[in-house]
Amino acid sequence: MQGIKSYLQVSSEIGILAVGVALLMISGEFDLSIGSLIGFSSMSMTLLTVEGNMSIPLACLCSLFLTIFVGYCNGLTVVKSGLPSFIITLGSLFIVRGLTIALSKIITGRTQLGGISGSSGYDFMSSLFSSNLTISGVDFPISIIWWILFVIAGYFLLNHTQIGNWIFATGASKESSMLMGIPVNQVKISLFIFTAFCAWFISVIQVITYGGADVLRGEQKEFIAIIAAVIGGTLLTGGYGSIIGVMIGALIFGMVKQGIIFAGVDADWFQVFMGVMLVSAVLVNGTFRKKYVHG
Amino acid sequence: MELLEKNMFMDNTRLELKGIYKNFGNVVALKNISMTTNSGQINCILGDNGAGKSTLVNIISGVFKQSKGQYKINGKTVSFLNPLDAITAGISTVYQSLAIIPILSIYRNFFLGQEPIKNNIFKTFDKDFATTTTTQQLKKFDINIEDPKRMAGTLSGGERQILAISRALYFGAKILILDEPTSALGVKESNKVVEQITNLKKQNINVILISHNIDQAFVLGDKFFVIKNGDLVAQLEKSETSAKSLRKILEK
Repeated sequence: MQGIKSYLQVSSEIGILAVGVALLMISGEFDLSIGSLIGFSSMSMTLLTVEGNMSIPLACLCSLFLTIFVGYCNGLTVVKSGLPSFIITLGSLFIVRGLTIALSKIITGRTQLGGISGSSGYDFMSSLFSSNLTISGVDFPISIIWWILFVIAGYFLLNHTQIGNWIFATGASKESSMLMGIPVNQVKISLFIFTAFCAWFISVIQVITYGGADVLRGEQKEFIAIIAAVIGGTLLTGGYGSIIGVMIGALIFGMVKQGIIFAGVDADWFQVFMGVMLVSAVLVNGTFRKKYVHG
Repeated sequence: MELLEKNMFMDNTRLELKGIYKNFGNVVALKNISMTTNSGQINCILGDNGAGKSTLVNIISGVFKQSKGQYKINGKTVSFLNPLDAITAGISTVYQSLAIIPILSIYRNFFLGQEPIKNNIFKTFDKDFATTTTTQQLKKFDINIEDPKRMAGTLSGGERQILAISRALYFGAKILILDEPTSALGVKESNKVVEQITNLKKQNINVILISHNIDQAFVLGDKFFVIKNGDLVAQLEKSETSAKSLRKILEK
């Protein structure tokens, strides 16, 4: 049970991010800035609480607006410029991380900030985002429940709504979708905003759980979320993917990461393994796509 | 079936262009085009690449607006802001390559952009309705698919073209523009599509067929419009001409 808890905890954070990342990838775009967004979001909500004397829920709300505004800017720039989102969000990855570090140094002189556990609203937020559910003596973090809710919502949106059909179509063929009257730009911008929302959600869990923020939070999370999505069967070219598959991708990621530690293998090998998994998944997805599409 | 019968008794839908000009900067793409097309007919627009066929089609389907001239449907002047506007007015275009998305399932393609919504709080996509309707509508065009959840890419080229046509009709197209519907197809597939296009006449559809295959167009068409360098050089009924003389006009 302790082992299951350990990998589910890792999987849940990646899994929540991967829902947003996968939906965006299915619509044909990438967001490399989400790792930086986690750092930005957690730093801004901690600053607002500690330096701005806001209650934690209010600070979270403010940082939500800031974070999804960055997501909106990413989306708008991609759509208006017509440039690959890979480049645009690679830019915002550095801009957001740099700004977070520079600003928190100017304001506090430090890159790590704690001391939110005494602020008003902490107990309430803690019960929502960092409490545990005890099952047969083991404390399971509540983030697992949130992960399941994100998966259900994402699955429902993609497979059982009109928007879901638009997401698939936008990623598969932007031109055909436009001819059928689908607002492809709005679809893409909304998904950039949703991805930023997922990053914000993770940052809330982390700030509440660890009682503070670090400007480097979320580093490399953008790649890990993409890896989970690809292992779960999402096509790099857009147009196809499954939220259940992505959930399994995140699960595999958590299991391997924690499994390697439990097995006593040097953790350095984990990166090698992930890289191999990623490349194999891309190859398999490509073959699968050809078969599936052309019968 | 309801839709088919409704169409059969529906009044004529007349498309009229009067003195249409289109300029792109200093380039004159269309010069003084005047033409009329009616329901229950296959109206062929013939011309070489770059003659102005596409520009003309783009004006009819709401992609461009004419620089000068009048565009009327049933005697009423119309002005479309975008293709969706034209589709709502009953004018649909089936583009050769962009009609169907291969990596999307057949029923999702059929209802793309006009998904049926269930009347519940979540406003879910009514897949049962979508799948059964897709199967039914394709059956009318002699295409039997057991599983509409298959990817559209598994359909043959002709079947995809017919899927796009049946979709346009299902959503109320009265004027149907077909852009080179058979040029990418083999003989057998091409014949399938030609057969279904001929059937559209019985459904009282105003078909506008763009083609540079004169022999095929002559067999199919009732009325022929020949465009050269942006000019409408000939406007002929089938009884007034032959494939040979059409080719002569084109090659002159």
